[in-house]
Amino acid sequence: MLIIDELKTSLIGPIDLTLEVGSCTAISGPSGAGKSLFLRAIVDLDENSGTIKLNGRDRNTFPAPDWRRNVSYVPAESGWWSERVEDHFRPTSDLVELLAAVGLEEASGWEVSRLSTGERQRLALVRALQLDPEVLLLDEPTSALDPPSVAKVELLLKERIATGCAILLVTHDPEQPVRLKASCFHMAGGKLREHDLHEAAS
Amino acid sequence: MSAYHVLSYWDIVAASVFLLLNAVLSILLNLGLTRTLIVSALRMTVQLILVGLVLKLIFFAGSLLWTVLAAAVMGVFAGREIWVRQDRRLKGFWGPGLGAGAMLISGALVTLYGLAGQIRPDPVWQPQYALPLFGMILGNTMTGVSLGLDTLHTALAKGKSEVEAQLLLGRTRWEATRPFARQALRSGFTPIINAMAATGIVSLPGMMTGQILSGVDPQEAVKYQLLIMFLLGGATGLGVLGATFGSIWRLTDPRHRLRLDRLSGGTS
Repeated sequence: MLIIDELKTSLIGPIDLTLEVGSCTAISGPSGAGKSLFLRAIVDLDENSGTIKLNGRDRNTFPAPDWRRNVSYVPAESGWWSERVEDHFRPTSDLVELLAAVGLEEASGWEVSRLSTGERQRLALVRALQLDPEVLLLDEPTSALDPPSVAKVELLLKERIATGCAILLVTHDPEQPVRLKASCFHMAGGKLREHDLHEAAS
Repeated sequence: MSAYHVLSYWDIVAASVFLLLNAVLSILLNLGLTRTLIVSALRMTVQLILVGLVLKLIFFAGSLLWTVLAAAVMGVFAGREIWVRQDRRLKGFWGPGLGAGAMLISGALVTLYGLAGQIRPDPVWQPQYALPLFGMILGNTMTGVSLGLDTLHTALAKGKSEVEAQLLLGRTRWEATRPFARQALRSGFTPIINAMAATGIVSLPGMMTGQILSGVDPQEAVKYQLLIMFLLGGATGLGVLGATFGSIWRLTDPRHRLRLDRLSGGTS
């Protein structure tokens, strides 16, 4: 579905990676290895070279905003441009349902300044899911969450995978890829390599 | 109307008595302001006397070349001032170029419009009208543009995650930077809006006061002042708009990325 070929920026790459329909892929690696830069490069937020194709169509034929609606990236630190939470969401029909799925049904009436890190993380995910993207790039989506919230978010992600969404996530939790049945990669020094799960577990 | 009263240089010296008194008080009270007070007063005196001489020469010469040259010098100084007043600046040629360009284009456009359309001296570039008008327009546009750009650049540098969050949701570079554009425009427009609101109640504008003192009918002076204020407002608005959107265009790219690497200053 998403084919990344020789993706390169001044700091990382070249990286090749293919994401299949309805699959989950996990990347781990030390801080500063370039994991977030890799995700940023895929959504064209930093200057980069190489080709990326979504369902056979080249990224350069998409206007950048369209590309980012189809291939959606949720950074580890989310940005909030308005004081009220509700201003950050489009009034789609699935909004209430999505907020409930992450345990934040009340949140749309709140103020951003009073949100906890974990609440921001979940709301930023909801904001991206509203776009109904074909590919979802998640940077440590559950790093600030308590175990019940992690379970809720993972359930939501599994539902998306089941409906054909391809997910690429960065995680430091060694169990998370197992729970999401993800294929694993390791990133170090700006290079990506396949990771044998059994080898890592032993 | 009474005739115009010509001041002698002794009148000027006499008028400075109170300023000198302030300087003496500053010494007595140990305020430490004496030096700056005296220096800026002397500086002003020298600058104004020189400008008076230069203007007199240019008016006397009555040549288009000298008029344009004087206008160009004013433009260069104002352009430099815009550049200096920004904490974070665009890198390369754009740093001084964009602000000065926006100011000069809108300033020149509005000045020519005012000269050719309403004031109508003969010839149209007659320095006695063109230079003071251009100077006033340039001064106000300069303040607006430098405030607008300074606000925009500071806000964008601090608001990277806010802009990128919107870009990531599929918004265009113009949509994602709109809150910052609004902030910059508001700050660039504020001085001229305040000036318009206070004019006539809190203060009589300097130009109008000057005309009244030199014997012009107050109603006539008011008409001139209104004309000038409208031209100033128009030029400032155009300049600030041009500079703000020009800078947003430069700080983003056609792939709708935020390009803070094109901005200098402490990156946060």
